[in-house]
Amino acid sequence: MSRMTPGSVAATLMGAALGLGVLGGCTTVKAGDGQVAAPSGARGPSVGAAPGVSISGDRQILHALSRLTYGPRPGDLERVRGTGLSAWIDRQLRPRTIDDSATEQALVELTTLRMPISEALREFPRPDPKLRAQIASGEMSRQEMLERYPVEKRPARIAVELQAAKVVRAVTSERQLEEVMVDFWFNHFNVFAGKGDVRWYVAAYEREAIRPYAMGRFADLVRATAHHPAMLFYLDNWLSARPGFTVPAGPNRGRKAGLNENYARELMELHTLGVDGGYTQKDVTEVARAFTGWTIDRPQTDGHFIFRPAMHDTGEKIVLGRRIPAGGGRDDGERVIEILARHPATARFVATKLVRRFVSDTPPSALVTRVAGTYMSTDGDIPAMLRTIFESPEFFSEDAYRAKIKKPFEFVASAVRALGGRTDAQGGMALARASAEIGEPLYQAQPPTGYTDRGEVWVNAGALLARMNFALGLASGRYPHVSVELPALVAGADPSVPAAVLDRLLASIVADQAGPETRAVLAAQLREPQITRLSPDDRGPANTDVAKLAALVIGSPEFQRR
Amino acid sequence: MITRRTFVKAGGCALVAFAGAPRFLLRTAHAAQASGKVLVAVFQRGAVDGLSMVMPHGDPGYAGVRPSIALQPPRRGESERAADLDGFFAFHPALAPLVPLWSNRTLAVVHACGSPDTTRSHFDAQDYMETGTPGVKATTDGWLARAVGTRPAKSTPFRAVAIGPALPRTLQGDAGAISMQSLERFDVRAGSDGAARTGFESLYEQGVRDLLHGTGRETFEAVKLLRKVEASRIPPANGAEYPRAPLGEALRQIAQLIKANVGLEVAFADMLGWDTHVGQGAERGQLALRFRDFGAALAAFDQDLGDKMSDVVVLTMSEFGRTVAENGNRGTDHGHATAMLALGGGVRGGRVYGQWPGLGRHQLFDGRDLAVTTDFRTLFSEVAIRHLGVSAAPLFPGFRPTQPPLGILA
Repeated sequence: MSRMTPGSVAATLMGAALGLGVLGGCTTVKAGDGQVAAPSGARGPSVGAAPGVSISGDRQILHALSRLTYGPRPGDLERVRGTGLSAWIDRQLRPRTIDDSATEQALVELTTLRMPISEALREFPRPDPKLRAQIASGEMSRQEMLERYPVEKRPARIAVELQAAKVVRAVTSERQLEEVMVDFWFNHFNVFAGKGDVRWYVAAYEREAIRPYAMGRFADLVRATAHHPAMLFYLDNWLSARPGFTVPAGPNRGRKAGLNENYARELMELHTLGVDGGYTQKDVTEVARAFTGWTIDRPQTDGHFIFRPAMHDTGEKIVLGRRIPAGGGRDDGERVIEILARHPATARFVATKLVRRFVSDTPPSALVTRVAGTYMSTDGDIPAMLRTIFESPEFFSEDAYRAKIKKPFEFVASAVRALGGRTDAQGGMALARASAEIGEPLYQAQPPTGYTDRGEVWVNAGALLARMNFALGLASGRYPHVSVELPALVAGADPSVPAAVLDRLLASIVADQAGPETRAVLAAQLREPQITRLSPDDRGPANTDVAKLAALVIGSPEFQRR
Repeated sequence: MITRRTFVKAGGCALVAFAGAPRFLLRTAHAAQASGKVLVAVFQRGAVDGLSMVMPHGDPGYAGVRPSIALQPPRRGESERAADLDGFFAFHPALAPLVPLWSNRTLAVVHACGSPDTTRSHFDAQDYMETGTPGVKATTDGWLARAVGTRPAKSTPFRAVAIGPALPRTLQGDAGAISMQSLERFDVRAGSDGAARTGFESLYEQGVRDLLHGTGRETFEAVKLLRKVEASRIPPANGAEYPRAPLGEALRQIAQLIKANVGLEVAFADMLGWDTHVGQGAERGQLALRFRDFGAALAAFDQDLGDKMSDVVVLTMSEFGRTVAENGNRGTDHGHATAMLALGGGVRGGRVYGQWPGLGRHQLFDGRDLAVTTDFRTLFSEVAIRHLGVSAAPLFPGFRPTQPPLGILA
């Protein structure tokens, strides 16, 4: 299949749109209405109706920036204009070619980020169980307990540092698409940082099982997560054993164990086939049998994958009609992963989720089909699937433009970026708390679905107010260790001419994409005495409160979209 | 594509914009709503083990298949053990705070209740229970939203409220439901001046028809009313002490909204942590701790509201139950039927409703799970019809009851 650059796709579509002059100004032509013919020859045979009118020029760049990154920073539009959009997308698809040493430098102080699990387990020992009893009995006060067992020595620090790192990377990293994909895959293969031993494993999980493959092959993600102690613990597979197994040693010696189907079910429902992927309860049980013995070696002191033959069910398994002969041992699980990763239902499921993330909450099915096709023909190559999306007319369509609502974390990161902001690790922690207040506490999604990508879920009264409050706090510099560059944003505008300040702000924060009504409302705000306050001597010219105005823009409906 | 919620929100807002929803209207509506009925739905997400919540100690099949997690049968005078209800069923000992409500007949149990759909996926099963359409994924609105939508219109932004970070599926639709994590923080924190609040308000007041603007407008209506009634300052009454856990916090705030007379009709709260695949425990342990918070929160809510409980029904639900036999790790896997509770005004309590299917091997669903003998829609529609006075038809499309009514509400 020949590859097209986004530019050439746009040109083709522009041509199609221009040919239908009556539609020129219409922004709501829907796919499937049959009003716009598919540009001939632009796509493979799977193309259905074209997805309506395409966007062009700077709007294409802004669109790509808003979807492939955590939102444009001041100057990004000009930079991408300079290199060319398709060259910029190409580079984002090959993150290893982008220097990101400044981000790495900002993360140096977060020492738990690089710790092997065994070291994390040593550094952050479990509290002595006697301690808990002493507190319960009143023998020891909470104060004494805090002194003996300070917060910075508790395993919770691992998740806190990981949250900070996630924020710093989203705000700072030049490998923006990779960061977007790390977030996407973490949610796809979610683990909850608050569940038991996952506290010690969670940083290693993202570092070892998600990040290295986020821009690699899908099957490698399935394999890496299946083997990782964080996933083994979170979905209980580490305990799953053949029926009748008796624990031979250790604190649980003599205890009977047996099958646990938690991982097997979620592996098929959420990681690969999707809930409608055609598996049965029998398949769940068979997959669970195949993964018996996949467990964690010394989970509280060492914590790495081990296959224990004694726990394994050696019998034959039939998974989705495919026979896995008896005696396969550890390979049973590997075989299951292969069967699932090569299954067309998996291709479709993964394609649907990718299209939902990058194009629309209601994924156009023709595009899903093409992305699934890319999955099947490239053995699940993630950049290839992304390229299919980024080169599609659906991606650069009016229907998709600003159609997605930012998740809370996306909103927080994009706000800092839009204000030309910077944050260090400490600031990252404060921003992570802001994300939590708006509804997305990082690494804290308890159910295995992770956080959803659908806007509807995130739009509600309490969350909207939290977004506005964050905007006010951020723009007025109330987040310690987070700096925003308001003077730079309005550089060149005369502060005594409020309308000029507003124009500069709208140009830099929402790249002039605010609707006329928003502009009118903001202009009306300029008459508020608190916004255009008088200078201290009460006689001088008005002095526009840039921070408040910037907060209004960040909290506006337009800025909630990407 | 436009979802139903987007469409309805936008349409509803257009109406509000024309009518202007002046504040005097809010005030009059507010006075008329003082005596309204309220339904509070509590969702136990993750599938609660109904056989531990309401233990069938009289069934000979119970103890044998749960060697490490079965509760000891109740014994008179021993409060460490399960509390007998009727000689056959018993409450988990951690639900002790609910026993007085059972005894004074304000609390009822429906056992072997669940969905006719057999999925063991949490997410699908929750979806089906929240939309009220088992097996149908295309439903865009929730049954609670429909319940509110079919009642006479009222101009209060507080007809339907969820306490939590997101609007649950069951309240999505044209109920204009709002969700919030905290009444106290439900405002623009603008410091001393109101410029930011009015600024944001005008930004969302524009005529654009979409979900964001619609939600924004509802939000500011709610903020204004809440500022006026100062609901977050109303203390718990009658010595009620809520557990300092999410469900306790949620019910405490729902009680504040009820006492503030803001026109609440339906409220929703979630409780997580029921997916006990490993080490669920028996009288003590992981699941017992969940029950402790659950029971204490419900009991505190009842105590706090006192006489007002005659206008309130609390309904608990969970997407499915868990396997009858314990699994290989002293836990339970995804099953089928579970137990649900109804508490409050009009509930004919002190009884376990539904037909007990039995725990014998041949009696189990798929040879492993408690069979469903009461469709959850039978229970939900009875509560909605009898308590809220809505009609059944739009609530559960496609539902043809195959069993007589439970008669759980007077």
